Amino acid sequence: MNEADRKRLLREMMFYRRFEDRCFEAYMERKIGGFLHLYSGQEAVATGVLEKARVNRGTDGDYVITGYRDHIHAIKTGAPPREVMAELYGKETGSSRGRGGSMHIFDPTVNFMGGYALVGQPFPLAAGLALACKHKSTDQIAICFLGDGANNQGTFHETMNMASIWDLPVLFVCENNQYAIGTRIDRSTAVTDQYKRMCAYNIEASQHDGMDIDVVMEAAEKAIDYVRGKRRPYFIEFMTYRFRGHSMSDAKGYRTREEEKEWEKRDPIRIFSARLIEEGVITPEDIKAMEKEIDDEIENDIVRFAEESPPPKVEDLTRYVLDDNPDPRWIGPLQK
Amino acid sequence: MAVIAYWEAIRRAHDEELANDPMVIAMGEDIGVAGGTYKATQGLYDKYGPERVIDTPISENSYTGIGIGASMAGMRPIIEIMSINFALLALDTIINAAAKIRYMSGGRVQCPIVIRTPGGTAHQLAAQHSARLARMFMSTAGLRVVTPRGPLDAYGMLKSAVRCNDPVIVIEHEQMYNLKEEVPDEEFFRPLEGAEVVREGEDITLIGYNYSVHLCLEAARRLEADGISAEVIDLRALKPIDRETIRRSVEKTHRVLVAEEDEAPVGVGSEIITGIIEDCFFALDAQPVRIHAADVPVPYAENLEKAAIPDADDVYQGALKVMGRI
Repeated sequence: MNEADRKRLLREMMFYRRFEDRCFEAYMERKIGGFLHLYSGQEAVATGVLEKARVNRGTDGDYVITGYRDHIHAIKTGAPPREVMAELYGKETGSSRGRGGSMHIFDPTVNFMGGYALVGQPFPLAAGLALACKHKSTDQIAICFLGDGANNQGTFHETMNMASIWDLPVLFVCENNQYAIGTRIDRSTAVTDQYKRMCAYNIEASQHDGMDIDVVMEAAEKAIDYVRGKRRPYFIEFMTYRFRGHSMSDAKGYRTREEEKEWEKRDPIRIFSARLIEEGVITPEDIKAMEKEIDDEIENDIVRFAEESPPPKVEDLTRYVLDDNPDPRWIGPLQK
Repeated sequence: MAVIAYWEAIRRAHDEELANDPMVIAMGEDIGVAGGTYKATQGLYDKYGPERVIDTPISENSYTGIGIGASMAGMRPIIEIMSINFALLALDTIINAAAKIRYMSGGRVQCPIVIRTPGGTAHQLAAQHSARLARMFMSTAGLRVVTPRGPLDAYGMLKSAVRCNDPVIVIEHEQMYNLKEEVPDEEFFRPLEGAEVVREGEDITLIGYNYSVHLCLEAARRLEADGISAEVIDLRALKPIDRETIRRSVEKTHRVLVAEEDEAPVGVGSEIITGIIEDCFFALDAQPVRIHAADVPVPYAENLEKAAIPDADDVYQGALKVMGRI
């Protein structure tokens, strides 16, 4: 990877951190409602994996799907950040036209097939996207990002089994942040190393550091090559940590400040920026300038777009429940 | 024209739709090598292969979810769930995903999936194999729910369901798979919306869907012998409901009975009669009557099961009550 790309990746992760921080602020100002789950701390995982995937290539790209902590996965897949922010603001210009909100970002123009609030529900949906890739004989794959908490759902076991017996080209990315909402993994899960669970399904699996984007990219590239080439599922686990609570209503009473401090030392942005400085790719001054540039972009372009966009029209309340332009041959009316 | 059974009609619709569009696949437990519990996919595994007629593990929620995911990427899966009781396991993917994805994506992603499942009592299958549950699906925005009463609709509505861009729940009935009817040889489609007047009459409207249409028809024949002319409506679709056809009939007959095999609370009868009260209350000359199952888990013992589930005589007696004859 060349220096320009490495610099770009650092900027992307800084942008994602600032984007989420800005969501936090907008939430406190009550500009954003509902539930808000922020990705801060885990940036290296989505950024590193999707850097190695085929994303942002329209509908020829890989399919990406995830849970409710979905803003950054959507953006890295190619959803315009303005539309993601507008969605959080509940605006008609949002990714889901203001109908979904933070947990339900969709952008099928880049094959980002959604964020879902039901923990573990994306497992079968991802396998279904992979089934479609297989059926159409394309070399696309499906990539499913979920947390460790999702692995105690029935859909996890059912889907792994089917993905394996049917040779589905799907990459399951387990972002192990060690807490299922507020319950630590060893208190909820019999086998805490998640990749080990894959021996039950005959699926190749591995575990890696999720705080170092170089490690993430190297592991993800191999995993993606495997899925794309062998047309088989792969399960990749990244050890990571979310710096904020599960959602905005989380006081984090279930973990210690000491533990948080230990993980903050391994902040993926701090690790990667220190490395780039050491490599001479970037200077601290460059980073400062980048921060300012990002602030400007988020404030003057992205947030402004969200603020100034109109809300959905109330008269459109019942649009999108069913196909709004159905074919009368299938729907009716019934010929008397 | 040929006389074919309900299961053959479903099989023919599968066969034609699999042949018509390579994006159509069938999925379910035992539908492939075994040919399907109700023979609805018999022979199709050999004809279309294991990639298109897919035997699934007993994992209802996730194989339904896999079908939904595939539909989001342009495929048109037909899922068979062996019994509507087992569909309860798949409610997360059906109700939380398929029914909501179009809406919560602002109309940008659709799930053109068909889920076929028999809902109804057969013979002494007891509580965990006798659920009807149509009421649960008809109360969910984002789904279409259809209830074919015979081979003609079983064929024509399944074909429409495959072509339609919405998730469609097709509720069949274990006691109807061998029911026979004349079906045209050439391809045709039957719409997913619209109730149908299947018997014209003047004095009372009997409303049914799925199996209970047959109870209404039998009751209507008995009423005729008593000099009562009963009109019978097959709802055909429980979501959306064709209130207009119901209103027209009630404004003609001024009397109405709704027959359902399910329990009464929050059910089809409640919904239909509420609609009648809203649409044409002053047309009614008598209190409406609901015929429905006893509010119990379906019992095993033959006599108890018979007592729990309405039959044609219950509909007949109910109609006499509406007519003021008893």
